[in-house]
Amino acid sequence: MYTQAMDIPDPAQPAPATPDLADPAQLARFEAVLSGGGRIEAQDWMPAAYRKTLLRQISQHAHSEIVGMLPEGNWISRAPSLKRKAILIAKVQDEGGHGLYLYGAAETLGARRADLIDALLAGRAKYSSIFNYPTLGWADVGVIGWLVDGAAIMNQIPLCRCSYGPYARAMIRICKEESFHQRQGYEALLVMMRGTGAQRRMVQDAVDRWWWKCLAMFGPPDADSEHGAQSMRWGIKRMGNDELRQKFIDATVPQAQILGVTLPDPQLKWNDERGHYDHGPIDWEEFRSTLAGDGPCNRERIATRAEAHENGRWVREAALAHARKQQQRAQGAGT
Amino acid sequence: MSTPALKDWPLWEVFVRSKQGLEHKHCGSLHAADAAQALRLARDVYTRRQEGVSIWVVPSAAITASNPDDKAELFDPAADKIYRHPSFYDLPDDLGNM
Repeated sequence: MYTQAMDIPDPAQPAPATPDLADPAQLARFEAVLSGGGRIEAQDWMPAAYRKTLLRQISQHAHSEIVGMLPEGNWISRAPSLKRKAILIAKVQDEGGHGLYLYGAAETLGARRADLIDALLAGRAKYSSIFNYPTLGWADVGVIGWLVDGAAIMNQIPLCRCSYGPYARAMIRICKEESFHQRQGYEALLVMMRGTGAQRRMVQDAVDRWWWKCLAMFGPPDADSEHGAQSMRWGIKRMGNDELRQKFIDATVPQAQILGVTLPDPQLKWNDERGHYDHGPIDWEEFRSTLAGDGPCNRERIATRAEAHENGRWVREAALAHARKQQQRAQGAGT
Repeated sequence: MSTPALKDWPLWEVFVRSKQGLEHKHCGSLHAADAAQALRLARDVYTRRQEGVSIWVVPSAAITASNPDDKAELFDPAADKIYRHPSFYDLPDDLGNM
């Protein structure tokens, strides 16, 4: 995806700053590529604001994948069987891989990996609000696969057509892997629903706690969305928040019926005229305060990441020391 | 590759052969301290579902790429040489496949 190392600024030789005021001919070429449905590649000229918007979105997306490993990672040691444990490890490993693809895409825009990670650990970077809620029971793991990953897939499929090539290619790879995530979650819930009353109550309880948070994952209504319109114009986003949310609800209601759970919204009902399900109001205050850092697990998530990063320091340093030693030996042998 | 002051692990480009008989294809990049580690990490990051039977890793800094500003100069001259394509030649139908 990312043969763009030549674009990554070398701290020893700072790249000349791109002038913010675009050459009109370059801007016209850029606009022509976008309106023709073409793709922008890393070395192509792009407006500074396009680069900045992409960098913000891709890095937030990468951080979300990495932090997203934590709520489910908590259940690896407590999975109910060896089979479920193997599945969960594979899924969490996939999320780590997705984070890496996306950090790679962000780096093609001139960001340094170390800076991106620093921003996350220092609490300066944002990531999906959904990962700041706790996974209280095993059913939560299934619900995350079914609903959280289901919502993520709705968000991500249009991104496979994003105007920025490296991001679109990362998303194609991610979407291929993500479908296993949703199916394994739904299947785990089906098994519980065929079990005891207590198991069925666990599933319903998890659905009750996650449903509204999943609807909020699509972001505020288009009318209030800060960056939405510009991103649509640039082909960074292909569909609006409300449209995607509606698509998700319409797809999920029949799945809930097959599973035998109730979605916790008394206003949820089919609207014949619109050809869609109507739903009740979403609590945007809670979404904003979680995004701003005041959700139930924000501090814990970042602290866990920071500790893992710190615990890995000696490995990173040892690998570098080994590489240097090998290099010196090779040079010594050559002279 | 000379790496006098490695602060971070350098970047590598990863190429994967999906099966015998096909070419290695660029599939992404990753950071690693050296080539051996880059291969091991590439195996975990890019072939978790049997996507490959062989991996190449290349230091990203070793790649020389054409400049996008030279796109027209480099590639447009081929556009008017349609006689390089078999479809340029009109041949009688009863000749069959040629």
